[in-house]
Amino acid sequence: MNLDEFFVTGEPLIYAGMVSIVLVTSAMIFLLTYFKKWGWLWREWLTTVDHKKIGVMYILSALAMLFRGGVDALMMRVQLAFPDLNFLNAQHYNEIFTTHGTIMIIFMAMPFLIGLMNIIVPLQIGARDFAFPFVNALSFWSFFFGALLFNISFVIGGSPDAGWTSYTPLAGAAMNPGPGQNFYLLGLQLSGIGTLATGINLMVTILKMRAPGMKLFKMPIFSWSTLVTSFIIIFAFPILTVALALMTIDRIFGSQFFTLTGEGLPMMWANLFWMWGHPEVYIVILPAFGIFSEVIATFAKKRIFGYHAMVWSMILIAGLSFLVWVHHFFTMGAGAFVNSVFSVSTMLIAVPTGVKIFNWLGTLYKSKIQFTTPMMWALAFIPSFVIGGVTGVMLGMAAADYQFHNSYFLIAHFHYVLIAGTVFACFAGLEYWYPKMFGHKLNEKLGKLSFWLFVIGFHVTFLPQYFLGLDGMPRRLFDTAPEWFTLNFISTVGAFGMGAGFALFVFNIYYSYRTSQRETTGDSWDGRTLEWATPTPIPHYNFATLPTIRDIDAFVEMKKRNETTYDESKLKPIHMPNNSGQPFIMMALLFMASFALVFEWITLSVIFLVGVLIMMVIRSFDEDDGHHVEVEEIKETERSLRGL
Amino acid sequence: MSNQTKRIPTHHIIGFVLSILLTILAAWTTIGSDLSTNWIITIIMLLAVIQAGIQLIMFMHIVEPESKNGHVPWNMMFHGFVTASIVVAGSIFVMVYAF
Repeated sequence: MNLDEFFVTGEPLIYAGMVSIVLVTSAMIFLLTYFKKWGWLWREWLTTVDHKKIGVMYILSALAMLFRGGVDALMMRVQLAFPDLNFLNAQHYNEIFTTHGTIMIIFMAMPFLIGLMNIIVPLQIGARDFAFPFVNALSFWSFFFGALLFNISFVIGGSPDAGWTSYTPLAGAAMNPGPGQNFYLLGLQLSGIGTLATGINLMVTILKMRAPGMKLFKMPIFSWSTLVTSFIIIFAFPILTVALALMTIDRIFGSQFFTLTGEGLPMMWANLFWMWGHPEVYIVILPAFGIFSEVIATFAKKRIFGYHAMVWSMILIAGLSFLVWVHHFFTMGAGAFVNSVFSVSTMLIAVPTGVKIFNWLGTLYKSKIQFTTPMMWALAFIPSFVIGGVTGVMLGMAAADYQFHNSYFLIAHFHYVLIAGTVFACFAGLEYWYPKMFGHKLNEKLGKLSFWLFVIGFHVTFLPQYFLGLDGMPRRLFDTAPEWFTLNFISTVGAFGMGAGFALFVFNIYYSYRTSQRETTGDSWDGRTLEWATPTPIPHYNFATLPTIRDIDAFVEMKKRNETTYDESKLKPIHMPNNSGQPFIMMALLFMASFALVFEWITLSVIFLVGVLIMMVIRSFDEDDGHHVEVEEIKETERSLRGL
Repeated sequence: MSNQTKRIPTHHIIGFVLSILLTILAAWTTIGSDLSTNWIITIIMLLAVIQAGIQLIMFMHIVEPESKNGHVPWNMMFHGFVTASIVVAGSIFVMVYAF
């Protein structure tokens, strides 16, 4: 193989990408060496099994991916701003919308939410770590290397270009030779291992490790949303795993599952993909609902309205999410009866979602709202998400969908639900829990400025796209026509507003690190749930002792009774897991095996897979039982943190 | 844990080897054997049932005398069965264009 088949050549933008990758990587290597931080990096981060540090790494990676996906989006908007603008050619445009979609869903939305769950859920339910801390580290590295594999495709081998849905036969070997699609298949497969493992891990943690007295129906809503989400993950992700494996075997080993020849069923891919894909959109929206519930209850200074209705509507949404997948391909031609069934089930989902919207409004009703930045995101979410939801019901009507299908109306709809739902929630959650994670708040003034830039930018970008869709502009079009110019141009202006909002958000992290007042109490927002009962910075064992939980708003009750998570008379040694480098090494080997498989170097791939197997054997006979934190050490830590 | 007496995870190793053997057998039946299509489908269905049994017995604690079967994951098995039914029945419903 020649070098010019290995690296992508001929595109000035991609050359610029290569240069910046080399520059950033060498700068990082230089800084780590200059400040002698390699040991620190390995000991404190790469080998950690602490759920709080893993969560921070998830969120950092997700922010990097949001940047990458955002740059993709801006490039697309530039290309679409003027008709006949030759900023991107057709092939490059195809690659960019594919990577934009895949990265934003798989490598931005999910890891961001999983990062927040990692940090917050054990704290909310009173656990000292995940049920399986080693597996948690393994999950993170599997996501990290999966994302790495997918992202290097644009400089090595060429990006996938068949859309984030990767429909066959277009994505099959016959019509799409080369490594691009393999990057998609194996990148998703690799990170899927981590997602599935996290789902199991979170479920066991929540079911088995709650504080004494915390019955399931006394759990905070965010933990409930996490439990429901892990159910969906456990039952939906195996479908994706199997579908990806089948297509991988199709492309690399020449089987005929989804091909046009040899009795293959190309539409079976769409069917299997959306059987996972629809539950997937609830995997990214339910935790967002949970975050908004926490934020709204805290800043309305009230218990969440209709707690039981909130929980049951989430369970109902989770159940229905497995019964609506066909609405993503009504126009496939399954016939009127099939379409009607799925049209009805789709509209049913609006019922529990509506219940949730009214419960949030009920919480806000007659309360004294405190307008902090996280609350602003939550308040902006409600009307924006309703617009997205209502247009979703329009798309759900099979007959009308024949008109909306594949147009910008659809693009506007799913950006309205995914950005106003998930992305707003990521920002709200990060700003809300930021003082708990890093010991200081984010600057409110800059936060609000970035909020307004982002939210106004968002509406300016996507509201015109509904009308572009109604005007007949199809999605995935690399060159627009003059009659769509005005709305497209407005949309592009809005996109740059969102970009500026995000840049300001990131700058705010740096600015607040330098100037914000440090937290002393651990209870930054007059919180209601158990995570605010811990001191800041959180000791690595989380809770010295656990009080008995009596109420949904556990910490409100504790404050009334003057209880803390430190009762000197009840101290006992705490059993904690040891750090391990095995997850990192195992997943690095699996990454190399996948990379070799992308280029169909079977022997090399098998060699690395044997390495993975050896790592698994080593782990199986590993007798590392962890260590105990002694009472004296706990006393010392807690006394200095609490100023006793 | 310190009170654990068994050092070698016998169950897991036997389960792991058996599940790989069954997978190879299933692959050989479809690729290597000269059986008729009906027989191949029957055999791989049978192998799948055995495979699921091995998973449940060797890994999923369905037989656990120590805890008087207190940890049998009935809930997850039920939901797994429902999801599998939706996948199979749903696919047939959607992919057969007669409706």
